[in-house]
Amino acid sequence: MANILFLVDHDGSKVAKTPGELATFAKRAGSAIGVILANNGAGDALAAQLSGTEIDRLIVVENDEISKHGIAAAVSALAQVVAKEKPEALLVASSARGKEIAGRLALRIAGGVITDATDFRSDLSTTQSVFGGSFTVNAKVKVGTPVITIRPSSIEAGVASAAASIEKFEVSIEAKDKTVTISNSQPPVKGGRPDLTEAKIVISGGRGTNGNFAEVEAMADLIGAAVGASRAATDAGWYPHTHQVGQTGKTVSPQLYIACGISGAIQHRAGMQTSKTIVAINKDPEAPIFDLADFGVVGDLFAVLPQAREALKAKRA
Amino acid sequence: MKIAICVKQVPDSWAEKKMVNGRLDRESVDAVLNDLDEYAIEEALRIVEPLNEGKESPEHTITLISMGPERTTEAIRKGLSMGADGGVLVSDPALAGSDAVATAKVLSKVIQDGGFDLVFCGTESTDARMSVIPAMLAESLGWAQLTFAGSVKVHAGAKSVEIARMTESGVETMSAAFPCVVSVIEKINEPRYPSFKGIMAAKKKPIDTKALADIGVSSGEVGTTGAWSEVLEAQPRPPRDKGVKLEDSGDGGTKLADYLLEKRLV
Repeated sequence: MANILFLVDHDGSKVAKTPGELATFAKRAGSAIGVILANNGAGDALAAQLSGTEIDRLIVVENDEISKHGIAAAVSALAQVVAKEKPEALLVASSARGKEIAGRLALRIAGGVITDATDFRSDLSTTQSVFGGSFTVNAKVKVGTPVITIRPSSIEAGVASAAASIEKFEVSIEAKDKTVTISNSQPPVKGGRPDLTEAKIVISGGRGTNGNFAEVEAMADLIGAAVGASRAATDAGWYPHTHQVGQTGKTVSPQLYIACGISGAIQHRAGMQTSKTIVAINKDPEAPIFDLADFGVVGDLFAVLPQAREALKAKRA
Repeated sequence: MKIAICVKQVPDSWAEKKMVNGRLDRESVDAVLNDLDEYAIEEALRIVEPLNEGKESPEHTITLISMGPERTTEAIRKGLSMGADGGVLVSDPALAGSDAVATAKVLSKVIQDGGFDLVFCGTESTDARMSVIPAMLAESLGWAQLTFAGSVKVHAGAKSVEIARMTESGVETMSAAFPCVVSVIEKINEPRYPSFKGIMAAKKKPIDTKALADIGVSSGEVGTTGAWSEVLEAQPRPPRDKGVKLEDSGDGGTKLADYLLEKRLV
């Protein structure tokens, strides 16, 4: 049976929610083999968090040099696992780090690379949404072992009761992959809100907020949404750059997207138009965002949002 | 110190894009310098300018490197008008349809031949948005990878670079000795607008256009034939169903809440 390797994403102590998703994609084409790259002594605790997923086997690589030397060291370790396992394909979750690892690994093992897939099939072909969701592309790697990054939340992770077998694998990182030294690492500053790219609901503010995100945030907290912002809002310094949704920011595809005071220029639409349901609030009845909206309110967000919040609270009580 | 900056000409990110035969139709839209490359140019200028101050002939230079059709010189010219010193464009009909692997191959060949100490890049192009080229350049050149920099400190004397890497995984302080590939994120600076003087000066700056044969890359390694991945099918996204649009006449918020509850969205 074909082996599909995938990289288990984690922050050193906690695994992300993507490994279960990647395992479910991997199962379509063969055995799901997860690779954990961890510091010495940290592998078992990470592996333990993956029970209940569809992972068949876990390969645990413990080596402190990986977290100390960054992407090149991780690529070196993965290439050694690939050389041993000879998988049919390698999957990585799409993130800044995931895509960089995939790109470098593809060159190192001489295989083609595809990024930001939203689907992966048993014939190793993929689906991506390109140009801000205006086109859907099916693609396939035709040379070497495919290296594919998959967007988080592209699939509901399957559940399995059998535990994965765990094996340790030793790697040695060559000097050429240790040219970068990481001297300090700070985890992201997390508010209480969900992560933008993983959230089921995203509410974003734009020029129409005039720099006041209080109403957008209050609604976000009521409905458990992540907060996004248009480029106009982040360029003005009203909201952190990391929250920008659009062509030059994050691409989101939540169940519900609420655009507040955002006109909906192509720059913004490119980052959100594949959302399942789109709601727009804007004073300008001609705003292009209304062409996308399943439900649009022509009005002032500072009147509409508080009223909607009160109504939601009243119905829930 | 010699800095190379990889730049790309892309369809205007404010314009609608179309696909023809599984490829982006580049002819039908305005082409501009990739927004995100301007941050790399600005950052390199801020590093080089103080070092060159008061010198007759600048010993620290910035060269823009690109790959694309001939009109890419327009995008390079924009970067030159910001203050870069010269450009190299690899342009060859055989390059059409090149994937990331081929792009990395071509760019790294030019970088290798140019004797550079540092390469600067934006984090991604706004058309393909793969965000892999800087890392792939580091891999193919065998240089240190310092990417997603929210701040950059170049120690020209000690020949080393320190950056703060800022991604969704947090902030990492990392450093390496020359040669390095550095990519910078949008929040690092505010790119300057070219001045009139800069625009005039750019017209006289050299852009060296090379064919594949000039850099010693064979046409079989690039383009559609040399690509390691292929598009099987491309479909435009079906238009969305027409939604409801209502005027807020005092109860817009309540109606919005009703909609969200009725559709079980919250």
